[in-house]
Order: sequence, then structure tokens, then C-alpha cells
Amino acid sequence: MSANRVRVVVTGLGATTPVGGDVNSSWSALLAGQSGVRTLTEDWIDTVPVTFAGTAAVDPAEVLPRPESRRLDRSEQFAMVAAREAWQDAGAPEVAPERLGVVVSSGIGGINTTLSAYDTYKERGWNRLSPFTVPMLMPNGPAAWIGLDLGAQAGVHATVSACASGAEAIGYAMDMIRAGRADVVVAGGTEAAIHGLNVAAFAAARAMSTRNDDPQGASRPWDRDRDGFVLGEGAGILVLESEEYAKARGARIYAYASGVGYSADSFHITKPEPEGRGISMAMTHALTDAELTGRDIKHVNAHATSTPAGDVIEVQAVAKAIGAHPLVTSTKSMTGHLLGGAGGIESVFTVKSLQERIVPATINLDTIDDGIEVDLVHGANRTLPDGDIAAVNNSFGFGGHNVTVVFKGA
Amino acid sequence: MAATEQDILEGLGKIINEITGIPATEVTPEKSFVDDLDIDSLSMVEIAVAAQDEFGVEIPDDQLKNLKTVKDVLTFIQN
Repeated sequence: MSANRVRVVVTGLGATTPVGGDVNSSWSALLAGQSGVRTLTEDWIDTVPVTFAGTAAVDPAEVLPRPESRRLDRSEQFAMVAAREAWQDAGAPEVAPERLGVVVSSGIGGINTTLSAYDTYKERGWNRLSPFTVPMLMPNGPAAWIGLDLGAQAGVHATVSACASGAEAIGYAMDMIRAGRADVVVAGGTEAAIHGLNVAAFAAARAMSTRNDDPQGASRPWDRDRDGFVLGEGAGILVLESEEYAKARGARIYAYASGVGYSADSFHITKPEPEGRGISMAMTHALTDAELTGRDIKHVNAHATSTPAGDVIEVQAVAKAIGAHPLVTSTKSMTGHLLGGAGGIESVFTVKSLQERIVPATINLDTIDDGIEVDLVHGANRTLPDGDIAAVNNSFGFGGHNVTVVFKGA
Repeated sequence: MAATEQDILEGLGKIINEITGIPATEVTPEKSFVDDLDIDSLSMVEIAVAAQDEFGVEIPDDQLKNLKTVKDVLTFIQN
């Protein structure tokens, strides 16, 4: 470890997911192998080939005060709920506003607002639009509202890289702290994209599972019979701090956020590069950044979305860049894929795995596909060893964006 | 049948509560939106949009800025 390098720690966790309305209920559900995927009842459901999704276990509009929730897009509601949980969990640090930052991303932004506001505009005219329509649909809205809520002045950002957005936000937050721009940064991802248009568009890309007769069995990463991803919604937020600041205020430290690695496939706008060179590179960069070797990594919370194209390429790259030894799981088997929220909730889960030294099993993994040599956790949860442990969270996005975040046990 | 002032006041109180969280019972005729109820200009736009739906009365922007008190709105809607 370089003597003068700023180290970043995780001191707070927040999440609202298809399996629970907060971190504890979500985590318990994962350890119990519960799926959050449900058959949808929306009025557009007969117009699309997919009739299920991982809807949020707790409606954020029911949690927030009504005057607040009506001004927030659903993606902003999720982010606000998770950010407040994380902030309280961190002990609500009394940090100077100019030393507090926010980096919270979504892959798609306030698309429910965009679409419903367009209907209002067409059917009833411009003057029936809420004056909050723009801040509801803008993709930096979740970060901006959290920044306002906490009074953050060091910088409020929203990195956008499709399904890698949440992980990229966490990486950018780490960089802010290391660069000395902030002492505390609230970081993560959010998404609320369960809408007919999104389902239709992802289905048009032939990316979604159509296992309509078995919704809870539809998200099945690495299983031979997987047929696409399952859309999920929610948010996952971490409070990150410099180690020095956290220790000075006596904060509880969950883990170190020790490294981040980025790369771009530069291969195809949606298809993963078949050799996994880009994702290997992201993992290798992240290890170097964390000053760790593959042997130090005991667990991987994989991107693994249950698509035929992506799952195997990722774990082959894990074997190359890290080794075949880590316990690998995909919590998306239970939550579905939260797109820009994925890196947020899965970083929360990765930190929980390090803290409790347990890896939740991937569900629906009945027959492991060919070409996989890593140790996939399935059938039952597995424990992580005593001593120093580190773990990786991978997130990849349409556009060829690859992000790997490394966490190390406290 | 035209709505009575009391009906309009109750409807307006519900709208203001929904939008701002201010208890409907605090919405009384003599209150100023800015000075007493601490309602900002964008919230006033939200209230105007909701009031148009509720009472079927268009409130143009150049009129809205003249509506300073709850009583002003009651009078505008009744006329």
C-alpha cells in the first residue's frame, strides 16, 4: 500500500429492491433464496411478449411523504429511500457541506415521467404539465435530490453507462475521495424502468426472458436453459468516506472500497466481446488499483444477467483475470436486473457478504452450462474463509462499458 | 349549482395539503401563500394546475401572480 494514498471505506448501506424495502430485509431474502420476480398486472401487459418483472417489494411512494413523492420520478423515489437509509446507517455524519459529495446514477433516467408527461402534453396541453417535469425526467435528478436533501456541495454527479452506471458511480465517488475533493460521498445506482415501452424495447433487442409461465424461474444465470434477463427496479446506495475521516469520527467501518477498474469493449453496441478481453481488463485494472492479487479475491458478485450471450464469457474472464477459486454468485437470479441500479444493490450485497462472510446461492441454477470452471455458489449458501478477504462486483453495460469494484473486508 | 365558498375552501385545502403537506385546516381565507404558508412560485403553479382540474377554471399565468391570498383564489374561482 502506497504510504500516502487516501484509503476509502464503506460506512453506510441502503437499498430498496424487489426482495425487500431495506438492506436487512433484502439481504435476509437473498440468504433464504427468495425471488422478487412477479407476474405484472399493468394495462399494457397484453401488448408485450414478457409479462413479469422484479417489482419493488415496497412501493417508495408509500414510504415518502406525499408532497415529496409527487415531485419525484419513481427512480428518484427509490434513490431517496435508499440514500436516507444509508445516511442513517452511517450515523448521519456531521460533515462540512463543501466536503460532502453525491454520485448516484441511473441507466435510463426518469422514463416513466417522460412517457406520462408526453401523454399529458398531447392530450391536455402544455399547461397541465407539472412544473417539476424536467427535474423528474432528467437522469441527474436522483443525485441532485439527494444532494439537496443532504446539503452536499463538494460535487453532485451522475455517471451514465447503461447497466454499469451504478458501479461507475461508486468508482467515481472513490476517485473523488482519493483526489481530496470530498471526505464523504453518497454513491450508488437507481432504476425504475418497468414500463411497457422499456419491456418492448428490450424484448425487441431479444435480451429478455420470455418464461411467462414460470416468472420466479426466469432469471437463471449460467443455467443451460436461461433465455434472457428479467427486468428489476430499485436502488442501492453506499456511504463512502476517507478512512482518516471515518476513523476520526469513530464510524463503524463495513469494508474498504479498495479499487475500481474500467474498460470499454469497443466491439459491438450491445453484444459482449466473445473473448471477454474488455471485462478481463476491467478486473485486472481493479486488482492493480486495489493493490491486491487474484488470490486475495474470495468472492465475485457477478454481472451475470441470465442472457445466453453474457454469462459464460464473464466467468471465463474471471478465471483468467482472478482465478477459478473465488465463490461466484449472481444475486440477479433473485432480484432480476436493475440496469443502472444493479451496481448499487450488488455492491451493497458484496459488502454484506464480506461483513457476514457468507455468499448467497444463485437460484434456478439447475444445470451449469458448458465451459465454466469457476466455483458457482448454488444449492446452498457458502461461507467465506477467516482472515483477510476481498471481493469483486462486476457491472457491464450496453455500449461495451465494463466496471469492476473491489471491496476488502474491514 | 355553483360551489359555495366553503366547498371551494375545502377543495383548495385538500389540494394544498396534497402538494405541500400543509394541513388543510391551516388554509384559511386571510392567509398569504408566500408570507403565511411559505408556498413558492412553482408550488403555486402546481396548485393552479390542480385547481383547474378540480374546479374547471383556467388560471392564466398573468392572473396567477395576482393571487396573493387564499381569499384571492376563492374570489377568482367564484367569479
